[in-house]
Amino acid sequence: MIEVRDVYFTYPTGVEALKGVSLTIGDGEFVAVMGQNGAGKTTLVKHFNGLLKPARGEVLVDGVSTRDMSVAKLARKVGFVFQNPDHQLFCETVEEEIAFGLRNFGFEAATVEKRVDWALNLLDLTEYRKTSPFMLSGGERKRVALASVLAWDPKAVILDEPTIGQDHRQKENLRQFIVQLNGQGKTVVVVTHDVEFVAECNPRVVLMSEGKIVAEGEAKKTLTDTTLTLAASIVPPQITQIFLGLTDFGLPIDVIDVSEAKRILLDYFEGMKR
Amino acid sequence: MRRRHKTLGVIETQSLTYTYPGGNKPSLRDVSLTIEKGEFVILTGPSGCGKTTLCRCSNGLIPHFYGGELKGELKVAGLNVSEHPIYEMAKRVGLVFQNPENQLFALSVEKDVAFGLENLSMPRDDMRKRVDWALQITDIEELRERAPHELSGGQQQRVAISSVLAMQPEIMIFDEPTSFLDPLGAQKIFEVINDLKNKLGVTVILVEHRLDLAARYADHVIIMDEGKIVLDGEPREIFNSETAWLLGVGVPKAVRLWHLLQENGLVLEGTPVSSEEATRFLREVLKR
Amino acid sequence: MSVFEGFRFRRVTSPIHRLDPRVKFLYVLVMFVVAIFFTEFLPLLVLFFLQMPFVFLAGVEREWLRSLRGAVFLVTLIFVFNFVFGYFYRTYPTGAALLEFSLAMSLRFLVLVESFSVFFLTTSPDHLSLALEQSRVPYEFTFAFTTAVRFVPVLAEEAQTIMDAQKARGLELERGNFLKRVRNYIPILIPLIVSAIRRSLELAEAMESRAWGASSKRTNLYVLKMRLGDFVLMALSIMFLALGVYVHFFVSIPSLSQFLPPFPF
Repeated sequence: MIEVRDVYFTYPTGVEALKGVSLTIGDGEFVAVMGQNGAGKTTLVKHFNGLLKPARGEVLVDGVSTRDMSVAKLARKVGFVFQNPDHQLFCETVEEEIAFGLRNFGFEAATVEKRVDWALNLLDLTEYRKTSPFMLSGGERKRVALASVLAWDPKAVILDEPTIGQDHRQKENLRQFIVQLNGQGKTVVVVTHDVEFVAECNPRVVLMSEGKIVAEGEAKKTLTDTTLTLAASIVPPQITQIFLGLTDFGLPIDVIDVSEAKRILLDYFEGMKR
Repeated sequence: MRRRHKTLGVIETQSLTYTYPGGNKPSLRDVSLTIEKGEFVILTGPSGCGKTTLCRCSNGLIPHFYGGELKGELKVAGLNVSEHPIYEMAKRVGLVFQNPENQLFALSVEKDVAFGLENLSMPRDDMRKRVDWALQITDIEELRERAPHELSGGQQQRVAISSVLAMQPEIMIFDEPTSFLDPLGAQKIFEVINDLKNKLGVTVILVEHRLDLAARYADHVIIMDEGKIVLDGEPREIFNSETAWLLGVGVPKAVRLWHLLQENGLVLEGTPVSSEEATRFLREVLKR
Repeated sequence: MSVFEGFRFRRVTSPIHRLDPRVKFLYVLVMFVVAIFFTEFLPLLVLFFLQMPFVFLAGVEREWLRSLRGAVFLVTLIFVFNFVFGYFYRTYPTGAALLEFSLAMSLRFLVLVESFSVFFLTTSPDHLSLALEQSRVPYEFTFAFTTAVRFVPVLAEEAQTIMDAQKARGLELERGNFLKRVRNYIPILIPLIVSAIRRSLELAEAMESRAWGASSKRTNLYVLKMRLGDFVLMALSIMFLALGVYVHFFVSIPSLSQFLPPFPF
């Protein structure tokens, strides 16, 4: 659905943020773009909805180059939820906020109403329908921002660092929600440095460092490869870290899940008993 | 779980209750705790549990800056917070906030570090020496002349820490200092904080969700929920408790693994508070 | 915003950069006052060229040129306005005199822009705030100034992010008639303002926590000391002011129209 062909991008300040990036994201995929702050993750995903246009190379969304489409047209297909919900919220009620995008895209009043109802329900915000978004807590505002983007049902959704400032439970809820979204057929791209979060979802991981993609693949394989994690300056998942110090016992290191870890260790102990 | 204290605590509260002005329910309910000198305390709990409110009480922002009703007793570094202005508390309690950007006001790192000292009318020569010391001890000497906007989030946060440290408070409180940082940046901050505690003997209170990275440094953990203290004690005890798990606190996965193994009949001693520790413990067990 | 480009500070040192901002400000003030004295072309031209050595010594030629270029629009406007006004109200005897006057007024504006530009190009904001702190300006104002300068790049970035976020929701800023376009900026302004308010609250908390208001007598990490160069500039400025007064009152300035062919009106 999204094709990135050898893209180079430099900011007006002179910082070369992307140095030859190529990537293909298929319909309905779930991709996590990871790397240190400054690796180029956000720069890359901003090309998916046309906010940034490549200096060299091309980005195609559903076969059409982003250079030939306005941001508004692309946004209809590719929703972008920014890191800080306060950068979006401005309406008097949550209802208005969710309707904003819908109205921009020219939906009819009746459809807008239905979609607003649907989005409120989806993100558990119906009780806040008439509340001012500024009165809500941080977590609630995040949900409003998310609802306002999902309302127009884009084919793909990009979430930029959705876990920042959230407690463990909120992250867990978000994780389940995202997996559900993907399960319904949406292409989901999450930009994050939260390794645990990614480990729990097990999506396809794209590791970036210094404007380039250094690795791509299943979370289980990419996050447990120490040469890769070192190159991308990320910390391996907690469970993996445990196993990294046990290789001399013949135990594998590509473990990211607690249950799997338990099974492997129990099997090992069984083996030891005999 | 109530902790029994032997010596006089450096922060002591008794039935502390607080409601923000215009708030319909208290953000702190009947909070009683003791934090002893030199401890590294981790304060955690779900969003909205009152951790930040408690931090604000400790340096006088509550009640002086925020207003509202503060009931109960609160003594910090021997002073009753309600009776002393914030700038007096600032000499004894330093508070580092979540967003590094909004703690830096000056146009150079040096001036930011000196800010508190300038406010306290420290003579220039003493100030110079103190600024040098603060920069050195947080390992940011090379950032001295830089403007805050040029720095990364992690660097900015270290400058914020340095600025607070410059006033040489005996207690330093960090309210989710690594929220905006990536895991490596977060690790670096925790190392700096731990370093400060070891070198200077400051009492550290760290509000954090990232327990997998921070728990290894703590000797006291307090978990709050809905304005109340739910758990208060040693890290290993707390992480083992079912309540911590049920509250949805981010207990290190190593502990979870431990529990799962024990449930399945494995006899394991101790409780690891970090992945590193889990590896060490497992190695012991596996060698047998 | 190319006029503002010329005012932005670039981190460079030169003898001009190291001068005390208070003395530089005195120099700017003198230029200002002397420029106001004259409505004749020649002295203003002298003033214009007089500032150039500063520009070259400070190594800020590019930025200085940019600020002048940015002022071109207003300069032309002033010229046209004076010329047209003068023509219809017949305030000048000859066309040549009117032309000279209009040129002089535009040049005067240019001289003012130039001197302020040189000041801001050669004075770092922290140097400037230090100067403010050490003059009798109450610290609250200096602090407000410094903090404002410090947050300008932050706010600019935030404005860009907000625009991106709203564009990503289908907001089109370039379309529609004038009224619609203005309305389209509401989704940009509100988050920006709300964010600024939140930020101020956080800043206030941080300030209080660092003993703000502990004493009315704040000390300072740095102190501005006047050195030889400063005294020299100060003396030069005062002498120049005196010269300007003298020339204005006692010297008759040749008019350009003596050198120009007569105009057909």
